[in-house]
Amino acid sequence: MNCGWVSRMLKLIRAIIARDLRLAMRRRTDIVSALFFFIIVVSLFPLGVGPEPELLRKLAPGVLWVAALLATMLSLPRLFADDHRDGTLEQLALAPQPLGLIVLGKVLAHWLVSGLPLALLAPVLGLQFDLASDALWVLTLSLLIGTPALSGIGAIGAALTLGVRGGGVLLSLLVLPLYIPVLIFGAGAVDATVTGLGAQAHMSLLGALALAGVFFAPWPTAAALRIALE
Amino acid sequence: MLEVSNLGCIRGERSLFAGVGFHLDGGEMLSLQGRNGSGKTSLLRILCDLSPPAAGEIRWRGELISKLGEDYRRELCYLGHHNAIKEDLTPLENLLASARLAGEDLDADSALEALERVGLAGREDLACRYLSQGQKRRAALARLVNERRALWVLDEPYVALDAVAIELVAGLIGAHLQRGGLVVLTTHQAVDVQAGTIHELRLGE
Repeated sequence: MNCGWVSRMLKLIRAIIARDLRLAMRRRTDIVSALFFFIIVVSLFPLGVGPEPELLRKLAPGVLWVAALLATMLSLPRLFADDHRDGTLEQLALAPQPLGLIVLGKVLAHWLVSGLPLALLAPVLGLQFDLASDALWVLTLSLLIGTPALSGIGAIGAALTLGVRGGGVLLSLLVLPLYIPVLIFGAGAVDATVTGLGAQAHMSLLGALALAGVFFAPWPTAAALRIALE
Repeated sequence: MLEVSNLGCIRGERSLFAGVGFHLDGGEMLSLQGRNGSGKTSLLRILCDLSPPAAGEIRWRGELISKLGEDYRRELCYLGHHNAIKEDLTPLENLLASARLAGEDLDADSALEALERVGLAGREDLACRYLSQGQKRRAALARLVNERRALWVLDEPYVALDAVAIELVAGLIGAHLQRGGLVVLTTHQAVDVQAGTIHELRLGE
C-alpha cells in the first residue's frame, strides 16, 4: 500500500462523488422534495401542539431529529436502485478497485445532497420552537455530525433491499431501528444544552457513530451489493 | 490465457448448461450462440465473476479468477445487456465518468473523438434520455474505442444498431484482436470480423 495507491483511490472517490452530485443536480426535485418534507413535518408540530414555549422547547430536539431521520429515509431507496436498473452498478462492481470505496464515495455524495441541507435548514426551523441560540447551534452541529452516520447505515439497508418488491417499506423497518443510537445522542445533545448540562459527551459519541457509520458501513454494503447482482 | 473447464450453471432449479469448456489465447474470439434462455448471458456474467458458477473453474493466465479479484477486473471490459449509461448525463459525461471509474485517464478531446467515431458527433451535449435506442447503444459502445484492456466480454453488442454501426463495432473488435486481445461475445447475427481466430460455441444443444 503506497502513495500511488492512495492517490488513485482518492481520485476514484472524487470521481464517484462528482458523478453522483452531477446526477443529483440534474434531478433537483428529489432533493427539494425531501427538504420540503422535513420543513413541513417539523412545522406541523407547533401548529398541532399549540404555542406554549415551554412545551415546544422540550419537544424541539426530538421532533427535529425524528424529522431528519424520516427525510433521510426518503432518498435512501434510490441510492443504488437507479444504478442497478441501468446496469451501471455492474460496471461499478467490475471496476478494478474495492467496491467498498465506491460505496464510500456514494455515501459521501448522498450526505452532501441529503444530510448537509437538512443540517443547514435546522436552525431556521428550530426558531419555531423558541430554541435559544446556543441550542440552535448545537442542533446544527449535532445534525452535521450525525447525518453522515444516517447515510452510511442507510446504505447497508438500501443494498440489502435492492431489487426486492416493496423494498421501500422493508428498508424503513430495517434501517430505522439502527438509527436509534444516532437519534438518542443527537437529540440528547440538544436536550443537554437546553437543560444546561453541556453537549460534549453526546457530541463525542455522535462523532464516533458517524465515523463508524461512514467508514465501516461501506464494506457490508459492498458485500450485499455483490449478492444482489448475482 | 483464458481457460474455462467443465463450467455448469443452475438457475432456479433448472440446469442451464453443464460441462462447458473452452480455451482462448491472445487474438482469439469466442462467439457464443444459442436459443433464448440457453444461458448465454449467465455464462458471460460467470466469466466476469459477477455470479458464481455451479460447477467448474475459470482461469486467467493460469490463476483462478476468483482468487485474482481486482487483478482480473483490471484486464476485463464488460459490456452488458444494459447500456450502463446514465439517462440524465450526456454521452460525453457518461464516457468520461465510466473511464474515471475504471481508473483510466481519458481527456475530453479523445472522448469527443471516440463519440465522433461511433456517429454521435453533434449529440455529445444532449442528455442521453433524448437519444434513440440505437444511439444509446452507440454511446455505450463508445467505451470500446479507447479500451485497451485485454479481455472484452460483450453481451449482444450488435443489438439495436444499424448496418453502419455494426460494421464499425466489428471493426473495433477486429482491431482489438489484432492487438492481441481476447473477445467473448454473444450474438444472434452473423457478423464478419476481419481479424483473429474465431471460435464458435453453441449452448443448449
